[in-house]
Amino acid sequence: MTDAETLFRLSGLNAAYAAAIDADRLEDWPNFFTEKCLYKVTSADNHAKGYAAGIIYADTKAMLRDRVQSLRVANIYERQRYRHIVGIPVLGPEPGTSETSFVVVRTMRDGKMELFAAGVYLDRTVTDTDGTLRFQERIVVCDSGRFDTLVAIPL
Amino acid sequence: MITGETNADLPRGSWPAGLTRVPYWVYQDPDVARAEQTKVFEGPTWNYLCLDIDVPNTGDYRTTVMGAMPVVVARAEDGEVVAFENRCVHRGALICLDDGGNVKDFHCVYHAWRYDLRGNLKSVAFRHGVNGKGGMDDTFRLEDHRPRAIRVTVLHGLVFGTLDPDAPDIESYIGSEITARLRRVMHKEVEVIGRFTQALPNNWKLYMENVRDTYHASLLHLFFATFRITRLSAGGGVLVGENGVAHASATMGAPPAADNAYAGIRSENDGFRLDDPSLLDSRDEFNDGIQLQILSVFPGFVLQQIHNAIAVRQVVPTGTDTMDLHWTYLGYADDPPELRAMRLKQANLVGPAGFVSMEDGAVGGFVQRGVATAEDVLSVVEMGGATADTADTRATEASVRGFWKAYRGVMGL
Repeated sequence: MTDAETLFRLSGLNAAYAAAIDADRLEDWPNFFTEKCLYKVTSADNHAKGYAAGIIYADTKAMLRDRVQSLRVANIYERQRYRHIVGIPVLGPEPGTSETSFVVVRTMRDGKMELFAAGVYLDRTVTDTDGTLRFQERIVVCDSGRFDTLVAIPL
Repeated sequence: MITGETNADLPRGSWPAGLTRVPYWVYQDPDVARAEQTKVFEGPTWNYLCLDIDVPNTGDYRTTVMGAMPVVVARAEDGEVVAFENRCVHRGALICLDDGGNVKDFHCVYHAWRYDLRGNLKSVAFRHGVNGKGGMDDTFRLEDHRPRAIRVTVLHGLVFGTLDPDAPDIESYIGSEITARLRRVMHKEVEVIGRFTQALPNNWKLYMENVRDTYHASLLHLFFATFRITRLSAGGGVLVGENGVAHASATMGAPPAADNAYAGIRSENDGFRLDDPSLLDSRDEFNDGIQLQILSVFPGFVLQQIHNAIAVRQVVPTGTDTMDLHWTYLGYADDPPELRAMRLKQANLVGPAGFVSMEDGAVGGFVQRGVATAEDVLSVVEMGGATADTADTRATEASVRGFWKAYRGVMGL
């Protein structure tokens, strides 16, 4: 596959990922990952220091499903939505690696909008057994480690 | 019409007798917030500053705060941990700008006044002027000027500071029983595994009440009750220091298998099962059956052990109705890999995106907004009686009353 084709597929994956979250199709979100995976939300500072913990940390697709289920039936948080703006991927030196900038605007139930998060996705993708491109690893490195009130919906 | 008990008969700023009522103005009034800076954070209290391991070597420093007051913590040449106000004595600029680092001495960036690691002023740039002109008067003495020195104590790896030379020693302040609970968690060398900040839309005291509120944990947090991480029907209780300054709550072991105590309550949801229950794998690493321990020290320190998720939380007021919560996630330096992996998964319970802590982040804001025009109304804090005593149940607000006992003591309310 040429770099151009890879970029095209990655951009499609990123766009579909963002659209699923922003349209509240959270049940679709785990399917962007392989069964064994790593999804972690951290900050640039934690990432630079090599701190392993994230504010969200899942190493299986089942853990991602559990997070969605918990948001749906268990957790208390005010109604809100995200709008992701995702940049063009930059291919990494190793096959399957890439990084993509993102910005997330959060709109609360009362209409208050704010720039909620900005950062870079550090990704490792693979063509899964069914031919679909999926994330084996998505490390969400937020530029800031300070989060307003709570992070319910995944980034 | 029932509108709730009010404080209208009492002069503004006064408090009804006893510990079971809290007037809502205390979360709203800018004059109260100003008084808190002087009487609480700069008063006879011990403030958590940082971890001992944040400044392991001579010249290491870390910046922190006591309420709104900026503070530098440093490791001096003799190995002692010292702290001083992060304010140049010349024109008041911050002496240290970054979160931390290693230095030989401190230089203010503004006019290059230089301080040693203990915050003593050592030199003034162009003190004698240039070519015999300008400079400081001969009467100027370096030793007459220094940023406020903070009395520091290191307790089991935690650095606390006070501006009050007459404050009791920290073990008397916290009490021996709760100090033992603190040592239980901080009993060997820790390692930082993550640092995050949660910006909360509420007065700092609402968060500290939430931390001490053993009654809410399994009611607000469906995740706790459903997976039986903590239920009021499990064993445990809450220790409250005599002065109200510190508390430690504990959940012992698992509740009875056939436990109907939560039937019909929202937080009971038997339909909810985890697809990947490895999140709930844990190890009784303290060998005492305490699954969950939350410990706090007035004014703004929290030490958390939820299964194997260990963290310290520092409460930083940023306004009358805002605060920052600084989370430092910990492991032990000698963690075997499988235990460290458990901590990373269990960290999903806490922090800004925590299945549990996200709700604590939101609920303070619900109160802050709910009481917007209720400054003279009183909240009701009488679960488990009227005292702030240690209890062998968590169906009590004894520890919340303890917070107000400590608060009113230093505030003179």
